[in-house]
Amino acid sequence: MASRKESGVSSSNTLDSPVKQIQIEGLVVLKIIKHYQEEGQGSEVVQGVLLGLVVEDRLEITNCFPFPQHTEEDADFDEVQYQMEMMRSLRHVNIDHLHVGWYQSTFYGSFVSRALLDSQFSYQHAIEESVVLIYDPIKTAQGSLSLKAYRLTPKLMEICKEKDFSAEGLKKAAVGYENMFEEVPIVIKNSHLISVLLWELEEKSTVPSKHELLSLSSSSHLEKSLQMLMDRVDDMSQDIVKFNTFSRNTSKQQQQKHQYIQRRQQENTQRQSRGEPPLPEEDISKMFKPPQPPPRMDTLLIAGQINTYCQTVKEFTSQNLGKLFMAEALQGHNS
Amino acid sequence: MSVYGPVVKIHPVVVASIVDSYERRNEGASRVIGTLLGTIDKHSVEVTNCFSVPHNESEDEVAVDMEFAKNMYELHRKVSPSEVIIGWYATGYDITEHSVLIHEYYSREAQNPIHLTVDTALQSGKMSVRAYLSAPMGVPGKTVGVMFTPLSVKYVYYDTECIGIELLQKTRTSPSRTNGLTSDLTQVAGSAAQTQEMLSTVLAYIEDVLAGKVTADNSVGRYLMDLVDKVPMIPAEDFETMLNSNINDLLMVTYLTNLTQTQIALNEKLSPFLPTRPSPYPSSFILFKLLMPKA
Repeated sequence: MASRKESGVSSSNTLDSPVKQIQIEGLVVLKIIKHYQEEGQGSEVVQGVLLGLVVEDRLEITNCFPFPQHTEEDADFDEVQYQMEMMRSLRHVNIDHLHVGWYQSTFYGSFVSRALLDSQFSYQHAIEESVVLIYDPIKTAQGSLSLKAYRLTPKLMEICKEKDFSAEGLKKAAVGYENMFEEVPIVIKNSHLISVLLWELEEKSTVPSKHELLSLSSSSHLEKSLQMLMDRVDDMSQDIVKFNTFSRNTSKQQQQKHQYIQRRQQENTQRQSRGEPPLPEEDISKMFKPPQPPPRMDTLLIAGQINTYCQTVKEFTSQNLGKLFMAEALQGHNS
Repeated sequence: MSVYGPVVKIHPVVVASIVDSYERRNEGASRVIGTLLGTIDKHSVEVTNCFSVPHNESEDEVAVDMEFAKNMYELHRKVSPSEVIIGWYATGYDITEHSVLIHEYYSREAQNPIHLTVDTALQSGKMSVRAYLSAPMGVPGKTVGVMFTPLSVKYVYYDTECIGIELLQKTRTSPSRTNGLTSDLTQVAGSAAQTQEMLSTVLAYIEDVLAGKVTADNSVGRYLMDLVDKVPMIPAEDFETMLNSNINDLLMVTYLTNLTQTQIALNEKLSPFLPTRPSPYPSSFILFKLLMPKA
């Protein structure tokens, strides 16, 4: 299916990247889930820091800690200090204190934003192998853990470094919305003792495992995702209109400049024929100020976001089709 | 304090944290201790978080870094202000005298702290997690002591935690203890396979009962009847129409998303030719929006 092809494309991109695979401990997964569950209701995103180490071409994430929400009463809350204190304390108990990335929860898959780009750039600039883990709690509640790891492609890194977000800069680096982020495959690994714990939990737990994945009533989720997709498409079309007006203005201005120069020349020839001194050459560029080109970065981000939405929707529809066919088979037996 | 104290509800993330800190303990330390955070209810105590505290234990004395414990608690409070100290944990099977001292310290921090033991060294053959409350005992005025009364332990999960744990369970069976995250149809296929397995177990049981090998159990029979009743009896044509309309909806959505993706790809390819040539206004976007209000 299309998603498999996309992972094929991204794996060829990661050949020159230092991280080819991410290995997460089960503990980190549980902590992220818990953090969202407890603190994330209602608010947009919850964030936290990932700790671990780099082994050859694998990035191992062994622990994490959450960040408090930004909407706290004390505005002079020092994030950096919190982080430093936390890391120092964790060092005392032998937890890996090497920063290897950060995680963020997302709402229906919308995470491609300027803020994310900036944060990930500063992380990746400082630590080459860092990743951002995107956890989708709503999709997880539907039955399958949705955790994806992204890095910025080296091309995008270059653009961010030079801060050149204009159209020429993007053209130079040939960055399209498809190679903004690269996805890194994730693998979950547990130690032996944790396996023992898992056996124990299976025995002891009396909670019946809910088979949310096979439930057919998921149309509200589809509606919501499509709603967000439409909003983004709206943004995109607005952006395009802006760009169209800009290009129209530029071409109009070019015409005006042309006309002005022609008129000037005509006048000068006339004056020469009459024997009067020619008019002074005025500085044309000061008279016709070129209009501001709109930033192309936003278009890129919106296009990237639309792409992610489309991917998730397609995944979702393919799953649902499978489920519908299963339901048909079940009915077929009955009748 | 009644004999059957409050029920202790533990989230699996807590025990996983404890196991992890046990694995990372300092050389020479035989056990690890730490603080438990959570919420207290009238009849139950819910443990949702924990952190380990460095300590040194020798034959005659025990030293706990209390500054550290206080600091960590403050930091944790910043993230989740509703969690309070409800007790402490220790790895290992027995309760030693040192535990009494540590428990005293924790009684100053919280009322009626619970003491949790996680048997990471597997002394009892499996990893048992037990909880205790302390109660004073002895002859008043003369020898007084502390008795630890056991409490019942239950595991509670959030919905999403359930799903996370299910995924982690898969790592038990793989030889390298790893498991990749799958997506798409493979997950549905996996779930379908699971359901199939369960159905075959049930069928085997029914066969046995019919053949007389196993005595029939009425309650199981009732459950089976419920199961069969769950498949709704819908007349064939109605089901056909429902199925077809659903499939049509999904196919249309897939088609439109593909179209959108093609459109943004086109837009991208054409924009390098600007500003001399403006990009075409995406008419498919309008089409998309016109059709969407129905969904």
